[in-house]
Amino acid sequence: MECVEGLRRPDRGTISVLGLDPIRDVYELQRRIGVQLQAAQLQKRIKVWEAVDLWASLYRTAVNGDRLLEQLGLADKRNGWFMTLSGGQKQRLFIALALINDPEIVFLDELTTGLDPQARRAIWDLVRGIRERGKTVFLTTHLMEEAERLCDRVAIIDHGRIVDIGAPDALVSRHCPERSIVLATADAGAAARFRRLSSVETVAGDGFEFTITGHGDDFIRQVMQCLLDNQITVTDFRIVLPTLEDVFLKVTGHSIRD
Amino acid sequence: MLRGLWKLTWLEIKIFVREPMGVVGTIGIPVLLFVLMGRIFGGQLQTGSPRLRSFMRLEMPVFAAVLIALSAVLSLVTIVSIYREGGILKRLRATPLRPHTILAAHVIVKLLFTALTLAAMFIAGRRYYLSIGDASVFGFAIALLVSTFSILSIGFVIASLVPTARFAQPIGTLILYPMIGLSGLFVQIDTLPTPLQIASKVMPTTYAVSLLKGMWRGDPWSAHAVDIAGLLVVFGVCVAISSRVFRWE
Repeated sequence: MECVEGLRRPDRGTISVLGLDPIRDVYELQRRIGVQLQAAQLQKRIKVWEAVDLWASLYRTAVNGDRLLEQLGLADKRNGWFMTLSGGQKQRLFIALALINDPEIVFLDELTTGLDPQARRAIWDLVRGIRERGKTVFLTTHLMEEAERLCDRVAIIDHGRIVDIGAPDALVSRHCPERSIVLATADAGAAARFRRLSSVETVAGDGFEFTITGHGDDFIRQVMQCLLDNQITVTDFRIVLPTLEDVFLKVTGHSIRD
Repeated sequence: MLRGLWKLTWLEIKIFVREPMGVVGTIGIPVLLFVLMGRIFGGQLQTGSPRLRSFMRLEMPVFAAVLIALSAVLSLVTIVSIYREGGILKRLRATPLRPHTILAAHVIVKLLFTALTLAAMFIAGRRYYLSIGDASVFGFAIALLVSTFSILSIGFVIASLVPTARFAQPIGTLILYPMIGLSGLFVQIDTLPTPLQIASKVMPTTYAVSLLKGMWRGDPWSAHAVDIAGLLVVFGVCVAISSRVFRWE
């Protein structure tokens, strides 16, 4: 990501962002992009408005800083020192700084790492807001839920290489096409009937609660039809869909990595 | 990118002033010490031995000036390390700010507070030490500026190489302060052993002390061409080194 932003020289290969070379055209590029860096800090005693004001002065065009702070819920922290902000407030300030020049692309590097669920959700809303204003958002995250909720396109990177790239749904159906249904029934013959269905692969259970896995678009309909046709009474019925996290674990392996 | 420079410089000044202990340490304590020394030894300016009188008139102000310049350099080394470690340098670099603008702002802030400290010291110390008779304050100030730039360039080499902020201060102290001992301020350089004489020749403080003494005595600039050349060479070499090895993160 830092290579793409022009902050680090790549070992090899070429990069083109908005038609620019991040190393050769770094100043032109930095005018047109907004950047939020992973684990960055500002001067402890810089005030929020001073940071926004400094950043605004560095670009040829800048949006209204006060309005930006208001949109990001930082208006009442305008005169606060950076060191007095909470983690979520710091991240929102960094988003403000990344947006101050009305960039064409916004790079967000592990934006919500270390934030509590409320702050994370608030920041997700902000990112959706940026997207709706027609900006391209390029973000990295370890949270598959975050990628699934925010991204139109996801690239899974393992040991520095892109393993696969695509829309979250497409990745899921490509790597984890199987669906599961968890249901509870006292009907003794139910398991045998499920096994006869063409789209069902496995049926596991303890005689009361069953997990049925299968694949294909017809799988769920077949199971439901089977329940209706045979008048099987169920006390629980859940469809479990694979998530991007399942895809990630499947394509990168399950071992713990650094 | 001048606008960014002034804005950043002004901001750094404000941020510096917001830390009261820093201001007291930078300006208050040196002035206080200077005045105290003046009170204790001031009476001997007329009655003391000729050696002491000459020391008070000449070496003392030069010593104070070099000391203040060194401590400014040291504090710059520390602040650059802290900014680097905290990712502040990196964040600033991911803007259209040119790298040298970021560093220049810090240099200007340090020079400004050095000038302020010295002005305060000399105003406060005037009663005790100086008969500014032949000394050209303007010439002295310019000489000090050139000297500080030269010493500062060593500071940048240290800041480039020292891995963490925690190390920056002690290593900076260890490298910078012994330079005073070899600068010819207290011990004549030609009485030192040969290796130390050579070491003394490559240190900017040696040329700084000679130049500052000269300016204080009211020598013409032409008498100190060698000193100025020495300071410029050190500056050139150190800037060349640090622009190659400086790390932003």
